[in-house]
Amino acid sequence: MTKKIMEASHAIAEAVKMAKPAVIAAYPITPQTHIVEKLSEFVADGETEAEYIRVESEFGAISACLGASATGVRSYTATCSQGLALMNEVLFIVSGMRLPVCMTVVNRALSAPINIWNDQQDSISARDVGWIQMYAETSQECYDLTLMQFKISEDHRVLTPSMVCLDGFTLSHVYEPVDIPSQKKVDEFLPDYVPYHAILDPEQPLTLGPIGFPSEYMELRKSQVDAIENSIKVIEQVYKEFNESFPVQIKDSRPEEYLHVEEYRMEGADIVLIAMGSVCGTIKVVVDKLREKGEKVGLLKLITYRPFPRETIKKALKGIKKVAVLEKAVSPGGDGPMYCEISSIFYDEKEKPGLRNFIIGLGGRDVTFDRIRKIYSMTKGDKGEKQEWVF
Amino acid sequence: MAILGLPEEEYFSYGHRACAGCGAAIALRLITKAAGRNSILVEPTGCMEVISTPYPETAWKLPWVHGAFENPASIASGICAALKVKGREDVNVVAFGGDGSTYDIGFGHLSGAFERGHNFAYICYDNEAYMNTGIQRSGSTPYGAATTTSPAGKKSIGKEVWKKDLVHVLAYHGSPYVATASIGYPTDAYKKIKKAIETKGPTFVNILATCPTGWRTPTEKSVEIAKLAVETGVFPLYEIVDGRHSINMPKDASRLKPVEDYLKAQGRFRHLFKPERNDKAIKYIEERVKENLHRLTQCAEKCF
Amino acid sequence: MIDFEKIKLKVNDKEVTIGAVLESKGSTEKTKTGAWRSKRPVIDYEKCVGCGICWSLCPEGAIKKRPDGKFEINLDYCKGCGICANECPKKSITMIIEEK
Repeated sequence: MTKKIMEASHAIAEAVKMAKPAVIAAYPITPQTHIVEKLSEFVADGETEAEYIRVESEFGAISACLGASATGVRSYTATCSQGLALMNEVLFIVSGMRLPVCMTVVNRALSAPINIWNDQQDSISARDVGWIQMYAETSQECYDLTLMQFKISEDHRVLTPSMVCLDGFTLSHVYEPVDIPSQKKVDEFLPDYVPYHAILDPEQPLTLGPIGFPSEYMELRKSQVDAIENSIKVIEQVYKEFNESFPVQIKDSRPEEYLHVEEYRMEGADIVLIAMGSVCGTIKVVVDKLREKGEKVGLLKLITYRPFPRETIKKALKGIKKVAVLEKAVSPGGDGPMYCEISSIFYDEKEKPGLRNFIIGLGGRDVTFDRIRKIYSMTKGDKGEKQEWVF
Repeated sequence: MAILGLPEEEYFSYGHRACAGCGAAIALRLITKAAGRNSILVEPTGCMEVISTPYPETAWKLPWVHGAFENPASIASGICAALKVKGREDVNVVAFGGDGSTYDIGFGHLSGAFERGHNFAYICYDNEAYMNTGIQRSGSTPYGAATTTSPAGKKSIGKEVWKKDLVHVLAYHGSPYVATASIGYPTDAYKKIKKAIETKGPTFVNILATCPTGWRTPTEKSVEIAKLAVETGVFPLYEIVDGRHSINMPKDASRLKPVEDYLKAQGRFRHLFKPERNDKAIKYIEERVKENLHRLTQCAEKCF
Repeated sequence: MIDFEKIKLKVNDKEVTIGAVLESKGSTEKTKTGAWRSKRPVIDYEKCVGCGICWSLCPEGAIKKRPDGKFEINLDYCKGCGICANECPKKSITMIIEEK
């Protein structure tokens, strides 16, 4: 176990290296570049066996990963924003073919207007592509979730590609202490990838990616949806196994126990803020300050977003009077994506919290203590519209 | 056992759903015979992908993968890299797609794979339009041909510009071997595809594959027309080996047949003759064919 | 190796496979495309010299070499396109209209 001060991007590159992928295919896009540059250095110095394909576009990147994964080896890519949007068609195909490709998304706003700073519009807009999505708050979580995503995606009960999402710049470029376990421990936790359902090998000729006529398409799609739904249990297992193999080394660098969510000071809370990513660090500080003044407030931080941990959230919000859903993404012409999913959990419940939706931090707009305090007071005092933009 | 120099074993099984007289189906038999047992096939969306894999049936007897319309070359790149790590670079990686995927929507990714120099062969079964979606114009549709999106009309000659010369574009990517072929000459086509597969690095063969449905030709004439394209010089057969041209037109092509014979044999060019003959367009086609052949022979004799 | 049995599953009591993976065993042979044709090729074995040109050009790969070196057409799959008849150098194949 070695503790290093490192950039979150480099923590991810380290985790990818230690996961020993066979093929990396990536196209540069700000703010993901420090990941792929560091991986390129590892390749150049022989620190990884991976073949690195410098593709001509993100569409090429995800397609090369499709090819490599179909051939039966562990494959990885990283992108965000415009690049993730360009990959969109193939994201559906990789999940439909059940290929366990692993990807990092360094969350960045979507154009137009073009903007290289952070929000979560890119990965939230990709919530229906059939990929598992997990969101990191800290550099340590970036490292940990990246190791875990390989194990989750490649589990034969899951066989579903995954994205680990982290905030561009506000987390990706931040230096924090990160604990790096030994390669031996990582190898015990993450065995080599053995293909379970698909391989391209002359010894066993298979056809991958046929056409699905109306008579079969729905059943094939249902088998895929069942897998990602069932993955909620497998993810819990992997979190548990990770917690046992890698106990916390650095205080507050990650939750004591990885679960689908992290409940921060929610005991006896009347009001709970819900959010994902590095903004949760800021919210925790505000929660502490408000608690000092006797305010009964807590934070529910989501780690797993797809599959959406409905039961876990329902249990966590039991008895909570008011909930504020903070989102760094919008669904133009509709309510906030997370707001919709949280409210649908409580639709049939007799006892349900008041629900508010706050749009924050789009295009890199700072989410300051004052803005979070304002959200708290608007929620507490029932002031403003159901959906409020906090500029 | 070989017949006419072609291995007897079939890796692309009957029962596939190609139209009667499909030239591309003939091309696929040649491609898979050239690829052989120790191969991985990659195909984009297109006629040959749809007719060969109606789930839960498949016509394939080899490893085969289809991702999307744009990315056979990118998928092949991933496969090459995976095979390298698995120590299985002995396996042939053979990608093949229609002209729509190859000339147009997948062109950027094809260029990327060729620029990176992956060891794979890419074969284009060129039926000169988006046939799977119903005969729409593509970058490889010949000048003056009617398609459903470039129909002949009072104000339209059909395809308004000349066919894209993808073969030379890929040759100038530094490919060690590119060639043209035609189902009209199956043994020649087989040899070129085999050579492309056996040549290390990114290689390309553009094989003309008649589409009776799209070219509006009788099903029994598919091979004859693919031969006529060569005999009239409209579709010359040549190879470019490490940048050096060699034209291998079959002997009888030295006495070229009139371009008109080729145009008249196909319904897609019917409007050049009826209701009235379009001399200007026919002349233009004849000139361009002659000029193109001249340039090719120049290259073969002089350059490099 | 993939254990193909393990990737079969039942959904809505229909058998499907994970990721729609299939074994490349030429299973389209289950579908007899011969039903498509309106004309049928008939070979006059007096004229046929066993050159194999018909075999090389059949889009279905439905022509097979006989022990005697000549070729026969598998009418379960022949779509009646007529390429073999058109290309046979000895004109030994004629297309006749299917009457049923």
